[in-house]
Amino acid sequence: MQAFRLLIQGDPEILRVTLLTLRVSGTATLVSLLLGLPIGLILALTEFPGRRFLISLINTGMGLPPVVVGLWVSIFLWRYGPLGFLGLMYTPTAMIIAQAVIATPMVAGIAMAGIAQLDPKLSLQIQALGASRWQLWWLLIREARLSILAAVIGGFGAVISEVGASQMVGGNILHKTRVLTTATVMEVAKGHFDMAIALSLILMLLAYGVTLLLTLLQHRRRPS
Amino acid sequence: MQPWKRMKWLQVVGAALLVLAMAGCGNAKPENSRVILATTTSTRDTGLLDYLIPIFEEKTGYSVDYVAVGTGQALAMGQRGEADVLLVHSPADEKKLVEDGTADSRRLVMHNDFIIVGPPDDPAGIKGSKKAAEAFQKIADAGALFISRGDESGTHKKELAIWKQIGLEPAGQTWYQETGSGMADTLNVAAEKGGYCLTDRGTYLYRKDTLGLDIMVEGDPILLNIYHVMTINPKKFDKVNAEGAKAFADFLLAEETQKLIAEYGVDKYGQPLFFADGGKTEEELMNQQ
Repeated sequence: MQAFRLLIQGDPEILRVTLLTLRVSGTATLVSLLLGLPIGLILALTEFPGRRFLISLINTGMGLPPVVVGLWVSIFLWRYGPLGFLGLMYTPTAMIIAQAVIATPMVAGIAMAGIAQLDPKLSLQIQALGASRWQLWWLLIREARLSILAAVIGGFGAVISEVGASQMVGGNILHKTRVLTTATVMEVAKGHFDMAIALSLILMLLAYGVTLLLTLLQHRRRPS
Repeated sequence: MQPWKRMKWLQVVGAALLVLAMAGCGNAKPENSRVILATTTSTRDTGLLDYLIPIFEEKTGYSVDYVAVGTGQALAMGQRGEADVLLVHSPADEKKLVEDGTADSRRLVMHNDFIIVGPPDDPAGIKGSKKAAEAFQKIADAGALFISRGDESGTHKKELAIWKQIGLEPAGQTWYQETGSGMADTLNVAAEKGGYCLTDRGTYLYRKDTLGLDIMVEGDPILLNIYHVMTINPKKFDKVNAEGAKAFADFLLAEETQKLIAEYGVDKYGQPLFFADGGKTEEELMNQQ
């Protein structure tokens, strides 16, 4: 089949699209981890007015439709939008921003659930041993690392498979912002089903590969 | 093992995170060399732009980011100053942009024509109709399935103009379905459902082999499909890359490029996908038909 031939021969365009996909979705996932983890931590461990409201927002955000994110990020990034001076529209950076917006609530939500599930006595015990606040948080993150990796897997899975936001803020520009999902949509439209199948196989392999890697990391035997 | 070693993997992730986050920010610089072209899906789906743009970039050092959307959206991008140059095919709407000062130039680049395609068994018996309007009437009378773009693209607007000729409002009829997608997608739907469809000849030829739809009606002057290149007025939108836009428009109209356009697709489809019209006016083109 043509699709496999394309894969084996390593078409340079497919390779470029694949690498860009990894870079954009990987960076977006990491950014969302940076933002989402502290949010999850704070929501799980502290009490403050409006906390429940924030949690409800985060939970709603876990199902944020990518096209909605795409539209709003576009509105901000357009030349004549509030952040237009940055010149980011139709760049990979714009896609990273949009994808990070999609993934952050997911990471925050799953991390929050994981940390909140830890035995409350653990927290007391650590504090009793004289740990500082930062040490306490760090140890709790470590204890909840299974959930945190689940959060990363969830976030990455969400952004690598979304097409609406990438299409809107990236524009599916050849050599610049074309990623696996937007390329697949376009190749289907063009009737190049072989190419579309090849791209979809790569997308699935990539999603599986990264998830497998993270899963292995997650279930690694704990060193003692 | 010391406790800190257990944290090592998190540190590695953290370090990788920082490096990647920095790498991600590297491409944020706006450059004068960047030209944003808003265009229709047909120029992309036929492969014409992927053929021409590298030549332009090579020649001039500009870098063209083209966003292929329906003509309606492309014109809207122009009206908000979000694009530098437009390559579009909806003459009546284009003129509005010239009149209100959004565009400071509008030049004829090329044309091809629209055709009505349909399933080979031709359930409404429109094959050979001389007039597009006559064929549309037959489709409506027979209640045969018609697949419309429904996306305010140039093709959609042309289709609506033909329905208007026969004084019929197709929206909401059971036999009339709108896809809201690009030309190639819409052709896919028409092929799958065995419906009639108005399409530009270029996209149809490009997709013909996998579609199983036949040409039903062609040659009516109303079916002329004219592409203009428009540059957005920098006096109205200060962020527009006017030099880049002009360079691209000039490139499209240069003699060499016009030759490339005229020859594009001949080797593969036995006929050109577009007819180069640099220097002609719309009126001359209409009279030719």
